[in-house]
Amino acid sequence: MEATWQHLLLSVSSVLIGLVIALVLGILCARRPKLYSIVLTITGIIFVIPSLALFALLIPLLGLGFKPALVGLSSYCLLILLRNVVTGLRGVPAEVLDAADGMGYNGWQRLTRIELPLALPLIVSGIRIALVTVIGIATVAAFIDGGGLGTIILMGIDQSYPEKILVGGILTALLATFFDLVLGQAEKAMVRWR
Amino acid sequence: MLSTAFNWIIAHPTEFNRALGQHLLMSAVSMVFALIISLPLAVLIVNRSNLAFGVINIINALRTIPSLAILAIMMPLLGIGLWPSIVALTVLAMPPILLNAYVGLRDVDPDAVEAALGMGMNRGQVLRKIRIPLAAPAMFAGARTAAVQVLAGATLAPFIGGGGLGDFIAVGISMMDMSRLLVGAVPIALLALGTEFGLGLVEKIFFSERNTA
Repeated sequence: MEATWQHLLLSVSSVLIGLVIALVLGILCARRPKLYSIVLTITGIIFVIPSLALFALLIPLLGLGFKPALVGLSSYCLLILLRNVVTGLRGVPAEVLDAADGMGYNGWQRLTRIELPLALPLIVSGIRIALVTVIGIATVAAFIDGGGLGTIILMGIDQSYPEKILVGGILTALLATFFDLVLGQAEKAMVRWR
Repeated sequence: MLSTAFNWIIAHPTEFNRALGQHLLMSAVSMVFALIISLPLAVLIVNRSNLAFGVINIINALRTIPSLAILAIMMPLLGIGLWPSIVALTVLAMPPILLNAYVGLRDVDPDAVEAALGMGMNRGQVLRKIRIPLAAPAMFAGARTAAVQVLAGATLAPFIGGGGLGDFIAVGISMMDMSRLLVGAVPIALLALGTEFGLGLVEKIFFSERNTA
Protein backbone atom coordinates (compact mmCIF):
# COMPACT_ATOMS: atom_id res chain seq x y z
CA MET A 1 0.00 0.00 0.00
CA GLU A 2 2.77 2.36 0.93
CA ALA A 3 4.55 1.58 -2.31
CA THR A 4 1.39 2.44 -4.24
CA TRP A 5 1.17 5.84 -2.55
CA GLN A 6 4.82 6.47 -3.17
CA HIS A 7 4.37 5.53 -6.80
CA LEU A 8 1.41 7.85 -7.12
CA LEU A 9 3.19 10.68 -5.36
CA LEU A 10 6.26 10.26 -7.55
CA SER A 11 4.28 10.11 -10.81
CA VAL A 12 1.83 12.91 -10.05
CA SER A 13 4.46 15.32 -8.73
CA SER A 14 6.74 14.68 -11.72
CA VAL A 15 3.90 15.41 -14.12
CA LEU A 16 3.01 18.58 -12.17
CA ILE A 17 6.60 19.81 -12.25
CA GLY A 18 6.78 18.91 -15.92
CA LEU A 19 3.52 20.77 -16.52
CA VAL A 20 4.75 23.98 -14.93
CA ILE A 21 7.90 23.91 -17.06
CA ALA A 22 5.96 22.94 -20.19
CA LEU A 23 3.46 25.76 -19.66
CA VAL A 24 6.21 28.36 -19.34
CA LEU A 25 8.09 26.98 -22.34
CA GLY A 26 4.89 26.49 -24.30
CA ILE A 27 3.71 30.06 -23.78
CA LEU A 28 7.16 31.31 -24.80
CA CYS A 29 7.29 29.07 -27.86
CA ALA A 30 3.73 29.15 -29.15
CA ARG A 31 4.33 32.19 -31.35
CA ARG A 32 8.03 31.59 -31.97
CA PRO A 33 8.39 28.63 -34.39
CA LYS A 34 12.20 28.73 -34.39
CA LEU A 35 12.52 28.59 -30.61
CA TYR A 36 9.85 25.89 -30.57
CA SER A 37 11.78 23.62 -32.93
CA ILE A 38 14.92 23.98 -30.79
CA VAL A 39 13.08 23.22 -27.55
CA LEU A 40 11.24 20.34 -29.25
CA THR A 41 14.52 18.78 -30.36
CA ILE A 42 16.01 19.01 -26.86
CA THR A 43 12.96 17.54 -25.14
CA GLY A 44 12.80 14.91 -27.89
CA ILE A 45 16.38 13.86 -27.17
CA ILE A 46 15.56 13.49 -23.46
CA PHE A 47 12.49 11.45 -24.31
CA VAL A 48 14.46 8.97 -26.44
CA ILE A 49 17.14 8.25 -23.81
CA PRO A 50 16.17 4.99 -22.05
CA SER A 51 14.84 5.61 -18.55
CA LEU A 52 17.47 3.61 -16.69
CA ALA A 53 20.27 5.36 -18.60
CA LEU A 54 18.77 8.76 -17.84
CA PHE A 55 18.52 7.91 -14.14
CA ALA A 56 22.08 6.62 -14.22
CA LEU A 57 23.26 9.88 -15.79
CA LEU A 58 21.54 11.81 -12.99
CA ILE A 59 23.09 9.80 -10.14
CA PRO A 60 26.53 11.50 -10.29
CA LEU A 61 24.74 14.87 -10.09
CA LEU A 62 21.96 14.16 -7.60
CA GLY A 63 22.82 10.90 -5.87
CA LEU A 64 20.30 8.15 -5.20
CA GLY A 65 16.74 8.42 -4.00
CA PHE A 66 13.58 10.36 -4.67
CA LYS A 67 15.21 13.49 -6.08
CA PRO A 68 16.90 12.06 -9.21
CA ALA A 69 13.78 9.96 -9.86
CA LEU A 70 11.64 13.09 -9.74
CA VAL A 71 13.97 15.05 -12.02
CA GLY A 72 14.24 12.17 -14.47
CA LEU A 73 10.52 11.56 -14.68
CA SER A 74 9.67 15.27 -15.01
CA SER A 75 12.08 15.65 -17.88
CA TYR A 76 10.48 12.64 -19.55
CA CYS A 77 7.01 14.12 -19.71
CA LEU A 78 8.25 17.50 -21.01
CA LEU A 79 8.00 16.49 -24.67
CA ILE A 80 4.44 15.18 -24.40
CA LEU A 81 3.19 18.13 -22.33
CA LEU A 82 4.96 20.78 -24.38
CA ARG A 83 3.60 19.46 -27.66
CA ASN A 84 0.05 19.56 -26.38
CA VAL A 85 0.38 22.99 -24.75
CA VAL A 86 1.72 24.52 -27.97
CA THR A 87 -0.81 22.74 -30.19
CA GLY A 88 -3.58 23.92 -27.88
CA LEU A 89 -2.41 27.53 -27.84
CA ARG A 90 -1.91 27.56 -31.59
CA GLY A 91 -5.38 26.18 -32.08
CA VAL A 92 -7.01 29.33 -30.68
CA PRO A 93 -8.62 31.04 -33.71
CA ALA A 94 -7.08 34.33 -34.80
CA GLU A 95 -10.49 36.08 -34.74
CA VAL A 96 -10.89 35.23 -31.06
CA LEU A 97 -7.49 36.77 -30.34
CA ASP A 98 -8.40 39.87 -32.36
CA ALA A 99 -11.67 40.19 -30.46
CA ALA A 100 -9.79 39.95 -27.14
CA ASP A 101 -7.36 42.65 -28.27
CA GLY A 102 -10.28 44.75 -29.45
CA MET A 103 -11.89 44.48 -26.01
CA GLY A 104 -8.77 46.03 -24.56
CA TYR A 105 -7.28 42.91 -22.93
CA ASN A 106 -3.56 43.17 -22.31
CA GLY A 107 -1.22 40.26 -23.06
CA TRP A 108 -1.55 38.62 -19.64
CA GLN A 109 -5.35 38.92 -19.53
CA ARG A 110 -5.64 37.52 -23.03
CA LEU A 111 -3.44 34.58 -22.02
CA THR A 112 -5.20 33.69 -18.78
CA ARG A 113 -8.80 34.43 -19.80
CA ILE A 114 -8.84 33.41 -23.45
CA GLU A 115 -5.91 31.35 -24.64
CA LEU A 116 -5.33 28.98 -21.72
CA PRO A 117 -9.01 28.16 -21.15
CA LEU A 118 -9.44 27.41 -24.86
CA ALA A 119 -6.31 25.25 -24.90
CA LEU A 120 -7.36 23.36 -21.77
CA PRO A 121 -8.80 20.20 -23.37
CA LEU A 122 -5.55 19.58 -25.26
CA ILE A 123 -3.48 20.34 -22.17
CA VAL A 124 -5.52 17.85 -20.17
CA SER A 125 -5.04 15.27 -22.89
CA GLY A 126 -1.29 15.92 -22.64
CA ILE A 127 -1.45 15.40 -18.86
CA ARG A 128 -3.28 12.11 -19.42
CA ILE A 129 -0.69 10.73 -21.84
CA ALA A 130 2.19 12.02 -19.71
CA LEU A 131 0.80 10.52 -16.51
CA VAL A 132 0.16 7.11 -18.09
CA THR A 133 3.69 7.08 -19.52
CA VAL A 134 5.29 8.22 -16.27
CA ILE A 135 3.38 5.69 -14.15
CA GLY A 136 4.93 2.94 -16.27
CA ILE A 137 8.45 4.35 -16.25
CA ALA A 138 8.34 5.13 -12.52
CA THR A 139 8.75 1.40 -11.81
CA VAL A 140 12.34 1.76 -13.03
CA ALA A 141 12.93 4.40 -10.34
CA ALA A 142 13.14 1.55 -7.82
CA PHE A 143 16.66 0.80 -9.09
CA ILE A 144 17.89 4.15 -7.86
CA ASP A 145 16.02 3.91 -4.54
CA GLY A 146 13.23 6.15 -5.79
CA GLY A 147 10.63 3.89 -4.20
CA GLY A 148 7.27 3.02 -5.72
CA LEU A 149 5.78 -0.17 -7.09
CA GLY A 150 9.01 -1.11 -8.82
CA THR A 151 10.36 -1.95 -5.37
CA ILE A 152 7.87 -4.81 -5.12
CA ILE A 153 8.86 -6.08 -8.57
CA LEU A 154 12.55 -5.94 -7.62
CA MET A 155 11.88 -7.80 -4.39
CA GLY A 156 10.05 -10.41 -6.42
CA ILE A 157 13.08 -10.81 -8.70
CA ASP A 158 15.52 -11.07 -5.79
CA GLN A 159 13.45 -13.56 -3.82
CA SER A 160 12.23 -15.38 -6.97
CA TYR A 161 8.72 -14.73 -5.81
CA PRO A 162 6.58 -14.42 -8.97
CA GLU A 163 3.49 -13.27 -7.05
CA LYS A 164 5.28 -10.09 -6.00
CA ILE A 165 6.27 -9.38 -9.61
CA LEU A 166 2.65 -9.86 -10.67
CA VAL A 167 1.30 -7.67 -7.88
CA GLY A 168 3.72 -4.86 -8.72
CA GLY A 169 3.06 -5.11 -12.44
CA ILE A 170 -0.70 -5.38 -12.21
CA LEU A 171 -1.04 -2.56 -9.68
CA THR A 172 1.00 -0.31 -11.97
CA ALA A 173 -1.15 -1.27 -14.94
CA LEU A 174 -4.35 -0.62 -12.96
CA LEU A 175 -3.07 2.74 -11.79
CA ALA A 176 -2.26 3.75 -15.38
CA THR A 177 -5.61 2.53 -16.70
CA PHE A 178 -7.49 4.33 -13.92
CA PHE A 179 -5.91 7.70 -14.71
CA ASP A 180 -6.32 7.12 -18.42
CA LEU A 181 -10.08 6.66 -17.94
CA VAL A 182 -10.59 9.47 -15.41
CA LEU A 183 -8.64 12.09 -17.33
CA GLY A 184 -10.20 10.88 -20.58
CA GLN A 185 -13.64 11.56 -19.07
CA ALA A 186 -12.50 14.98 -17.83
CA GLU A 187 -11.35 15.76 -21.35
CA LYS A 188 -14.72 14.79 -22.84
CA ALA A 189 -16.63 16.74 -20.19
CA MET A 190 -14.59 19.83 -21.00
CA VAL A 191 -15.24 19.59 -24.71
CA ARG A 192 -18.97 19.09 -24.11
CA TRP A 193 -19.14 21.98 -21.65
CA ARG A 194 -17.73 24.25 -24.31
CA MET B 1 34.35 11.14 -14.72
CA LEU B 2 33.58 10.82 -18.40
CA SER B 3 37.24 10.30 -19.20
CA THR B 4 37.53 7.64 -16.49
CA ALA B 5 34.60 5.89 -18.10
CA PHE B 6 36.21 6.17 -21.51
CA ASN B 7 39.51 4.84 -20.18
CA TRP B 8 37.70 1.90 -18.64
CA ILE B 9 36.25 1.01 -22.05
CA ILE B 10 39.72 1.26 -23.63
CA ALA B 11 41.18 -0.92 -20.87
CA HIS B 12 38.43 -3.56 -21.01
CA PRO B 13 37.51 -3.83 -24.71
CA THR B 14 36.39 -7.47 -24.56
CA GLU B 15 34.00 -6.92 -21.67
CA PHE B 16 32.55 -3.84 -23.28
CA ASN B 17 32.21 -5.42 -26.71
CA ARG B 18 30.57 -8.50 -25.25
CA ALA B 19 27.96 -6.38 -23.44
CA LEU B 20 27.39 -4.24 -26.53
CA GLY B 21 27.08 -7.37 -28.66
CA GLN B 22 24.58 -8.94 -26.26
CA HIS B 23 22.59 -5.71 -26.17
CA LEU B 24 22.42 -5.43 -29.95
CA LEU B 25 21.82 -9.15 -30.45
CA MET B 26 18.87 -9.38 -28.10
CA SER B 27 17.36 -6.15 -29.44
CA ALA B 28 17.73 -7.25 -33.06
CA VAL B 29 16.41 -10.78 -32.50
CA SER B 30 13.40 -9.45 -30.57
CA MET B 31 12.65 -6.91 -33.29
CA VAL B 32 12.75 -9.63 -35.96
CA PHE B 33 10.40 -11.85 -33.92
CA ALA B 34 8.05 -8.96 -33.20
CA LEU B 35 7.91 -8.04 -36.91
CA ILE B 36 7.34 -11.66 -37.96
CA ILE B 37 4.44 -11.99 -35.52
CA SER B 38 2.88 -8.51 -35.70
CA LEU B 39 2.78 -7.71 -39.41
CA PRO B 40 0.94 -10.87 -40.53
CA LEU B 41 -1.35 -10.49 -37.52
CA ALA B 42 -2.22 -6.96 -38.60
CA VAL B 43 -2.96 -8.18 -42.14
CA LEU B 44 -5.07 -10.99 -40.68
CA ILE B 45 -7.25 -8.79 -38.50
CA VAL B 46 -7.66 -5.78 -40.78
CA ASN B 47 -10.71 -7.23 -42.59
CA ARG B 48 -12.19 -8.98 -39.55
CA SER B 49 -13.52 -6.31 -37.22
CA ASN B 50 -14.56 -8.66 -34.36
CA LEU B 51 -11.15 -10.20 -34.21
CA ALA B 52 -9.49 -6.79 -34.53
CA PHE B 53 -11.47 -5.43 -31.58
CA GLY B 54 -10.27 -8.24 -29.34
CA VAL B 55 -6.65 -8.15 -30.45
CA ILE B 56 -6.39 -4.35 -30.20
CA ASN B 57 -7.86 -4.38 -26.70
CA ILE B 58 -5.43 -7.05 -25.55
CA ILE B 59 -2.54 -5.08 -27.02
CA ASN B 60 -3.70 -1.86 -25.36
CA ALA B 61 -3.95 -3.61 -22.00
CA LEU B 62 -0.47 -5.04 -22.57
CA ARG B 63 0.86 -1.54 -23.11
CA THR B 64 -0.07 -0.36 -19.63
CA ILE B 65 2.04 -3.09 -17.99
CA PRO B 66 5.46 -1.57 -17.27
CA SER B 67 8.39 -3.01 -19.21
CA LEU B 68 10.11 -3.91 -15.95
CA ALA B 69 7.20 -6.16 -14.97
CA ILE B 70 7.13 -7.84 -18.38
CA LEU B 71 10.84 -8.59 -18.11
CA ALA B 72 10.60 -9.64 -14.47
CA ILE B 73 7.75 -12.08 -15.00
CA MET B 74 9.78 -13.98 -17.63
CA MET B 75 12.20 -15.12 -14.96
CA PRO B 76 9.83 -17.45 -13.06
CA LEU B 77 8.34 -18.58 -16.38
CA LEU B 78 11.49 -19.13 -18.43
CA GLY B 79 14.43 -18.88 -16.04
CA ILE B 80 17.36 -16.54 -16.48
CA GLY B 81 19.61 -15.77 -19.44
CA LEU B 82 19.30 -14.28 -22.89
CA TRP B 83 16.12 -16.04 -24.06
CA PRO B 84 13.73 -14.80 -21.38
CA SER B 85 14.88 -11.27 -22.18
CA ILE B 86 14.33 -11.83 -25.89
CA VAL B 87 10.80 -13.08 -25.28
CA ALA B 88 10.03 -10.10 -23.03
CA LEU B 89 11.43 -7.60 -25.52
CA THR B 90 9.42 -9.21 -28.31
CA VAL B 91 6.28 -8.68 -26.22
CA LEU B 92 7.35 -5.06 -25.66
CA ALA B 93 7.94 -4.41 -29.36
CA MET B 94 4.66 -5.83 -30.60
CA PRO B 95 2.14 -3.12 -29.62
CA PRO B 96 3.62 -0.22 -31.61
CA ILE B 97 4.27 -2.38 -34.69
CA LEU B 98 0.87 -4.03 -34.64
CA LEU B 99 -1.14 -0.89 -33.91
CA ASN B 100 0.60 1.19 -36.56
CA ALA B 101 0.35 -1.54 -39.19
CA TYR B 102 -3.31 -2.11 -38.39
CA VAL B 103 -4.25 1.57 -38.54
CA GLY B 104 -2.15 2.04 -41.69
CA LEU B 105 -3.83 -0.88 -43.46
CA ARG B 106 -7.29 0.10 -42.29
CA ASP B 107 -7.07 3.75 -43.26
CA VAL B 108 -5.88 3.19 -46.82
CA ASP B 109 -7.83 5.47 -49.13
CA PRO B 110 -11.06 3.56 -49.91
CA ASP B 111 -11.09 5.09 -53.42
CA ALA B 112 -7.78 3.38 -54.16
CA VAL B 113 -9.16 0.04 -52.98
CA GLU B 114 -12.33 0.50 -55.01
CA ALA B 115 -10.38 1.46 -58.11
CA ALA B 116 -8.26 -1.68 -57.72
CA LEU B 117 -11.37 -3.86 -57.32
CA GLY B 118 -12.83 -2.15 -60.39
CA MET B 119 -9.71 -3.07 -62.32
CA GLY B 120 -10.50 -6.70 -61.55
CA MET B 121 -8.01 -7.35 -58.74
CA ASN B 122 -9.05 -9.96 -56.21
CA ARG B 123 -8.76 -9.46 -52.44
CA GLY B 124 -5.28 -10.91 -52.24
CA GLN B 125 -4.02 -8.67 -55.02
CA VAL B 126 -5.61 -5.61 -53.42
CA LEU B 127 -3.80 -6.47 -50.21
CA ARG B 128 -0.44 -7.06 -51.83
CA LYS B 129 -0.47 -4.33 -54.48
CA ILE B 130 -2.53 -1.58 -52.83
CA ARG B 131 -2.94 -1.88 -49.08
CA ILE B 132 0.52 -3.01 -48.01
CA PRO B 133 2.48 -0.53 -50.19
CA LEU B 134 0.26 2.35 -49.07
CA ALA B 135 0.53 1.34 -45.41
CA ALA B 136 4.31 0.87 -45.56
CA PRO B 137 5.16 4.32 -44.08
CA ALA B 138 2.92 3.70 -41.06
CA MET B 139 4.42 0.23 -40.61
CA PHE B 140 7.92 1.65 -40.71
CA ALA B 141 7.06 4.37 -38.18
CA GLY B 142 5.73 1.67 -35.84
CA ALA B 143 8.91 -0.37 -36.23
CA ARG B 144 10.99 2.71 -35.44
CA THR B 145 9.09 3.37 -32.21
CA ALA B 146 9.41 -0.29 -31.32
CA ALA B 147 13.15 -0.34 -31.98
CA VAL B 148 13.78 2.53 -29.57
CA GLN B 149 11.56 0.90 -26.96
CA VAL B 150 13.36 -2.42 -27.34
CA LEU B 151 16.76 -0.78 -26.89
CA ALA B 152 15.46 0.91 -23.75
CA GLY B 153 13.89 -2.31 -22.49
CA ALA B 154 17.12 -4.21 -23.12
CA THR B 155 18.76 -1.89 -20.59
CA LEU B 156 16.69 -3.62 -17.91
CA ALA B 157 17.69 -7.13 -19.03
CA PRO B 158 20.62 -7.56 -16.60
CA PHE B 159 18.18 -7.60 -13.70
CA ILE B 160 16.86 -10.92 -14.99
CA GLY B 161 20.30 -12.16 -15.99
CA GLY B 162 20.05 -11.18 -19.64
CA GLY B 163 23.27 -9.20 -19.85
CA GLY B 164 23.81 -6.25 -22.17
CA LEU B 165 25.00 -2.72 -21.54
CA GLY B 166 22.64 -2.35 -18.59
CA ASP B 167 25.05 -4.66 -16.73
CA PHE B 168 27.43 -1.72 -16.24
CA ILE B 169 24.62 0.42 -14.83
CA ALA B 170 23.57 -2.35 -12.44
CA VAL B 171 27.16 -2.82 -11.28
CA GLY B 172 27.67 0.95 -11.10
CA ILE B 173 24.62 1.41 -8.88
CA SER B 174 25.46 -1.44 -6.54
CA MET B 175 29.11 -0.30 -6.12
CA MET B 176 28.24 3.41 -6.37
CA ASP B 177 30.93 3.60 -9.06
CA MET B 178 30.04 6.67 -11.13
CA SER B 179 32.37 6.02 -14.02
CA ARG B 180 31.10 2.45 -14.41
CA LEU B 181 27.59 3.88 -14.44
CA LEU B 182 28.53 6.08 -17.36
CA VAL B 183 30.18 3.18 -19.23
CA GLY B 184 26.66 1.76 -19.51
CA ALA B 185 24.52 4.88 -19.63
CA VAL B 186 26.32 6.93 -22.28
CA PRO B 187 26.51 4.20 -24.97
CA ILE B 188 22.89 3.23 -24.30
CA ALA B 189 21.74 6.81 -24.69
CA LEU B 190 23.78 7.24 -27.88
CA LEU B 191 22.47 3.96 -29.27
CA ALA B 192 18.86 4.98 -28.69
CA LEU B 193 19.38 8.45 -30.14
CA GLY B 194 21.26 7.06 -33.14
CA THR B 195 18.48 4.57 -33.83
CA GLU B 196 15.75 7.17 -33.49
CA PHE B 197 17.39 9.71 -35.76
CA GLY B 198 18.91 7.17 -38.15
CA LEU B 199 15.59 5.46 -38.76
CA GLY B 200 13.93 8.88 -38.93
CA LEU B 201 16.29 9.74 -41.76
CA VAL B 202 15.56 6.46 -43.55
CA GLU B 203 11.86 7.20 -43.16
CA LYS B 204 12.31 10.62 -44.70
CA ILE B 205 14.31 9.33 -47.65
CA PHE B 206 12.02 6.44 -48.52
CA PHE B 207 8.59 7.71 -47.67
CA SER B 208 8.63 11.49 -47.95
CA GLU B 209 7.37 11.69 -51.55
CA ARG B 210 4.36 9.53 -50.70
CA ASN B 211 3.56 11.53 -47.60
CA THR B 212 3.41 14.78 -49.48
CA ALA B 213 1.36 13.34 -52.35
